[in-house]
Amino acid sequence: MTTYAQLRQRAEDLAAPLPPLLAEAEHLAQAVLLGSHGRRRSGMGDEFWQYRPARAGDEARMIDWRRSARSDAHFVREKEWQAAQSVLIWVDEAQSMAFSGDRNRTTKADRAKLLALAMSVLLIHGGERVALAALGTPPRSSQLQLLRIAQHFTAEKETEDYGTPVIRIMPPHSRALFVSDFLGDLDGLERQLTRAADRGVRGVVYQILDPLEEAFPFDGRTIFESMGGTLVHETLKAGELKDRYMERLAERKARLADLAQATDWQYACHHTGDSAQSALLWLYGALERRR
Amino acid sequence: MFTIGSIGFTAPWLLLGLLALPILWLLLRAVPPAPIRRRFPGVALLLGLEDDETQTDKTPWWLLLLRTLAVALIILGFAGPVLNPTDETAGDGPLLIVVDGTWADARDWQRRVDRISAALDEAARLGRPVALVRLTDLPAGELPFQAADAWAVRLPSLTPDPWEPDADALTAWTETLPDERFDTFWMSDGLARDSRGGLLAALEARGTVTVFESPRSVFALRPAGFDEGNVAVSALRTRAEDPATVTLAARGLDPAGIERQLATAEFDFAAGETGADVELSLPPELRNRITRFELTGIRSAGAVTLTDDALKRREVALIAGRDDREGLELLSPLHYLEQALEPTADLIDGDLLDILLANPDVLVLADVATISAGEQEPLLDWVDQGGLLLRFAGQRLAASDVSRNEEDPLMPVRLRAGGRNIGGAMSWGEPKALRAFSEGSPFFGLAIPDDVVVSSQVMAQPDPQLSERVIASLADGTPLVTRKRIGQGQVVLFHVTANAEWSTLPLSGLFVQMLERLAVSTRPAQPSAEDLAGTTWVPDAVLDAFGQVQEAGTMAGVPGERLANAVPGADMPPGLYTGEDRRIAVNVVSAETELAATVWPARIVVEGLAVLQETALKGWLLAGALVLLCLDILASLWISGRLSQGLRGAAALLAVLLLVTPRADAQSEEDLAAVLATSEVALAYVITGDARLDGVSEAGLRGLSDTLWRRTSIEPADPIAVNLETDELSFFPFLYWPVTEGQPLPSVEAYAKLNRYLRHGGMILFDTRDADIARFGQASPNGRKLQQLARALDIPPLEPIPADHVLTRTFYLLQDFPGRHSSRDVWVEAAPADAEQIEGMPFRNLNDNVTPVVIGGNDWAAAWAIDERGGRMFPVGRGFAGERQREMAMRFGVNLMMHVLTGNYKSDQVHVPALLDRLGQ
Repeated sequence: MTTYAQLRQRAEDLAAPLPPLLAEAEHLAQAVLLGSHGRRRSGMGDEFWQYRPARAGDEARMIDWRRSARSDAHFVREKEWQAAQSVLIWVDEAQSMAFSGDRNRTTKADRAKLLALAMSVLLIHGGERVALAALGTPPRSSQLQLLRIAQHFTAEKETEDYGTPVIRIMPPHSRALFVSDFLGDLDGLERQLTRAADRGVRGVVYQILDPLEEAFPFDGRTIFESMGGTLVHETLKAGELKDRYMERLAERKARLADLAQATDWQYACHHTGDSAQSALLWLYGALERRR
Repeated sequence: MFTIGSIGFTAPWLLLGLLALPILWLLLRAVPPAPIRRRFPGVALLLGLEDDETQTDKTPWWLLLLRTLAVALIILGFAGPVLNPTDETAGDGPLLIVVDGTWADARDWQRRVDRISAALDEAARLGRPVALVRLTDLPAGELPFQAADAWAVRLPSLTPDPWEPDADALTAWTETLPDERFDTFWMSDGLARDSRGGLLAALEARGTVTVFESPRSVFALRPAGFDEGNVAVSALRTRAEDPATVTLAARGLDPAGIERQLATAEFDFAAGETGADVELSLPPELRNRITRFELTGIRSAGAVTLTDDALKRREVALIAGRDDREGLELLSPLHYLEQALEPTADLIDGDLLDILLANPDVLVLADVATISAGEQEPLLDWVDQGGLLLRFAGQRLAASDVSRNEEDPLMPVRLRAGGRNIGGAMSWGEPKALRAFSEGSPFFGLAIPDDVVVSSQVMAQPDPQLSERVIASLADGTPLVTRKRIGQGQVVLFHVTANAEWSTLPLSGLFVQMLERLAVSTRPAQPSAEDLAGTTWVPDAVLDAFGQVQEAGTMAGVPGERLANAVPGADMPPGLYTGEDRRIAVNVVSAETELAATVWPARIVVEGLAVLQETALKGWLLAGALVLLCLDILASLWISGRLSQGLRGAAALLAVLLLVTPRADAQSEEDLAAVLATSEVALAYVITGDARLDGVSEAGLRGLSDTLWRRTSIEPADPIAVNLETDELSFFPFLYWPVTEGQPLPSVEAYAKLNRYLRHGGMILFDTRDADIARFGQASPNGRKLQQLARALDIPPLEPIPADHVLTRTFYLLQDFPGRHSSRDVWVEAAPADAEQIEGMPFRNLNDNVTPVVIGGNDWAAAWAIDERGGRMFPVGRGFAGERQREMAMRFGVNLMMHVLTGNYKSDQVHVPALLDRLGQ
C-alpha cells in the first residue's frame, strides 16, 4: 500500500500536464456556493461585470466614485456573479478492486484511487469543490480537502467483497464521479443513479477492469474464489466457460450503459493495462462537457 | 541370464513388476488432476454456470497410457536388459594375434582394430597373455607376450604398412617361434601369398588357429601405361562373384598449382572377372600434369598408382642445319633421333622462334652452326628457365668459327678448328671406342657395347673448365659429350653427328639410353637393373598404406639396383623417387602383380570382422522413461490449464537462444571496412606513423567534414585512416598526405596502388607543413622527403596554381589558399600549353580533369582541426586577421572537396554570367 504522500505525489504528477479543469457550470442558479464560473449576470464575485447608473436604493458606498467623477451621473460598479461546481467522487474500495491479473500491473483499486485523486487535484486547481463520498464531508475546494482525500485512500479499511455506492450528501445539480469495477450487485447503483437523476445530479459511471477479467484466459480444472472468499465456483473445464462469461460481462456493461443513458450520465470502461493518462483525459472531457 | 531373442536380462525377476501395471492403471485412473485455486473477482459472473461435460474428472486414457509406458520402461530398465549378450567359452593360455598389416588391410583397418580390441578385451577378462605381431614388421627375438591391457593401450598406434611381408624374413621368423603352446588369431588381409602356408603350419603345430578375414574384395590399381597414345590403366580385384563399378580419378596440379581431379573414368568389373581396363584419351598438356591415379573411395595404397616420367611425354623440337636431301633418309641428320624419340616423346618441328613459343622440353640442334643474334637472346632465356639444348656436331659446325676463340654462350666448350678424322682411309689409327663413364657423369653405370666406335669428331679446346664439362669421352680421353649448365637448364654437345656418318653411336642401343639419361626421351617401361646401376634415388614423396601421399622429408636415398627390383619394402617405401633428371615411381602394385583371394584349409575357422557389441540397454530404457515422464508433466500441465505460463517461459528461452546465436554469415572485417568506406563519402588521410601528426590529420579532416556538412550538400562520414600498404585506396575520393621526415617510403606494391589511384581520378593533397620556414622549391627536410616520396608516383607536370584555376571558384571565390601558414606556393597540375584566354572571358578553359595532386606547405589540417568538443585545436594568426585566415583555410578545404567531387563543373562557361556577377565585373 502506498503512503498517501506518494499517492498524492503521483496524482499531482499525473494532473500536472493538464490545464486547470473548469467543470461545466450549468444551472447554477440554485447553487449557493461561490466559485469561479461567471454567470453572465451581476452578482457576488471577484470579476468586474458592468457599471450601471445608480438607482434609488443603492447605498452610497456602492457608488464607484472614480467612474462617477468622469461624468455627471453616479455609477455603481457591479461584479459578475460567480459560482463553483461541486463534484462528488465515489471510489469503490471493496476487496474485488484489489485484484491484479499480473505482478507488473497495478490493481484496479490503485488505478481508481489514482484517477479519483488526479481528478480531485484538477478540479481543486480549477477552483471547483470536491467531496469524497466516503468522507461524508460537504464539497470543499481547499488543499486540505485534497489531503483528506489522499489520507482516506491510503488508510487501511475492512471492506466487503463487492462495493455499492453509498452517498449521504448529494448537493443538487452537482456533478458526480463513480469509479468501480461494478462486478457486484447493480441494484444499489441503480438506486443511487435514480436518486441522483431526481436531484439533477449528472456524472460519470467509470468502470475499471483488469485485462484478465476481459480475456478470461483460464483452462482446466479450477476453483474460482472472490477476493474475500465469500463466493466460490468450481469448474472442471474453465476454458469452456469463457464464452458464457464473456457474454455475461457484455450484458453487464450494456446494463451499465443503459442505466447511465437513462439517467443522463456517462459511462466508460477502462482497463488497468491501459494508460492512466488517457483515462484522465477522458474523465476531464466527460466532466467538462457542456450540454 | 534370461534371454529373449537377442536381448538378455541380468535381473529377470524384476520383470514380474510388469504384472502390477494393470493395478497401477486403475489407481491412476481414479485420481483426477488437482484443481488450481484462483482468486478472481469475475467469479460473480460465473455463479450458476454448469460444466458441459464431466469426463476430465478422470484421467484421460492417453495420459494413463503414457504413464503406464513410463513405468513399464522403468521396470524393464532396472531388469538390466543387454543386447547381444555374449556367453564366450574361450580358450586359455597365451594368445598370439597375427596381423598381416599390409596395404590390403588399410581399407578395413578400423574394423580390424575393433576386432583386435574385442579379442584383447576378452583376453584381458580371461587373463591371457597376448602377443601382437605384424607380419610386415616382425619383432626381433621372442614373441612379446604381455598383458592384454598393455596391448590395448598401444592399439591405436597400430598402422598397416604399404608393402607386403618379406617372404624370406617371414620364413626365418617362423623358424624362431618358441615351442610352447599358444592359440593364434590371424587377421588376414585376404590376399593369397606363398608365404602363408609355412607360417600356418608352424602356428597350427602350437595351438588352434582362427582366421579373421573381411569378405570384401580387395581392389588394386596397376601402373598406368601408354597404349597407342592413350593412357591405359587396369584395376584388379580378388573376388569376382558380383559385377562392380569403381571410379578411377586422375589427380594432379592444375595450372594454378592446386591439386584437383583432372579426369575420371569408370572400371566396370563384369561378374566373374577379376580385372578391368580403362583407356583415357587426354591431351598431352593434361596428361603431363597427372601425378597419380586412384580408385575413389578406397583408402588403400594399392588403389593408388603414382605416375612418373614414364607417363610424361616430353616435347622435343628437332632442328637440322641442313636441308634434307630428297631420298637419302638414312643420311638425314635427324633420322636416328626421330627413330629413337618417336615412341616416347612428342616431336615438334618448325622455325626456331615459333618452337620457342611452344616451350618444348628439349631442343635438338643437329649440326646448326650459327644462331642469329635475334634468336640467341630468347634461346638463352629458354635454356636459363630449364630448357635442355642438345647440339650435335657435323660438317658445318666443324667448318664454322662458332666458339672458336671465345666460348659461345650456347656451346659448352670452345672448339678447335677442323676436328679430326681417325680410322679413315686417309688417317692413321683405329676408330676410337668409348671410355667407361666416370662417376660424376649422368651416364654412369651404362654398359658400353663393343661395336660403338667414333671415326670423326670435333675437338674441344683445352680449357680450365673442360674436365668438369666432359660427361663422356673416348678411349684416348678426348671429350665426346660435353655439358654446360646455364641457369636451370643446360647445353649438351655431342661431338659427333646425329647420324651414322661420324660414329656408330646412333646405331646402338646406348644412344637411346644416353638420351634417356639426359631426359631427352623417357623410358618406355620399367628400367632394368643395369639401366639404373650406379645411381642413387632420393624419395620425393611416399605413400602410406592408406594411399595418402606424404612428404618424404629426409629419408635416405635408394640405390638404383634396389629401385629396379621395384618391390616396395621397409627399405624402399612406395613413392616417387628422384634421380638426377628423372623421376621413377615405385608403386605397391606393379604391372605384373596378380591378386588372388586367400584359400584356407577347411580345418581352419574363418570368421568375419564383425564384432557383436554387447550393449547394455538399461540407460536407454531409463532415458526413455524419463522422456515419457517429462511428456507427462507437459500433458498434465496442459490438462490442468497451467501450460500457458510454461509455454511463455519456453518461448522466452527460445527467443534468448535465437538472440544469442551468432550470425553465421558475419562478413569479414575487410568487407565491413569496405562497406563503411563506401556507404558514405569519407575523407581519408595517410598514416605517417607519427601518432601526433596522425591525430592532427584526423582532427583536421573531422573539422573539414563538419564544415562541409554545415555549409554544403556534401555530408561526409568520419575521416578514415589509410594504411597505404594494406588498405584499398579506390574507395576514397581524396587523400590528405602530410609529409614528415621520418615517414617510411611505401613499398613497390603500395606505389603501384597509388599510381592506379592517381590515374583513376583520385586526388592527394601533399602537405609539407613548413611554409613558415621554407619557400616551396627550396630545400627543407620535408620538401626533400616529398621529392623522395613522389619520385615513384605518376604525377603530371605541375605549376603554381594559376589565378583562373577552377579551384578558385568551385564553391567560394578565392585568391589565396592559406592554412596555418599563408604561403602562396600551392602547386597543381599544369594547364595544357595551348590553353588561351578567350576575349571577354575571365578565365581560360583549362584542364578537363581533376588535378591528381595538390602540393603545398600551409599545414591545412592544423587550421581545420577541431577537438572532441568542437573547439579549435590550434591558433591561426592573430586576432581577427587570424580568424579570417582560418575561414579562408576552411573555404579552401570546401573548394578542394568540391573540386574533387564535381571536377571541372565550375569551369563550364555556363557559370560565367553568374560568376561575373559575383566577381562584380
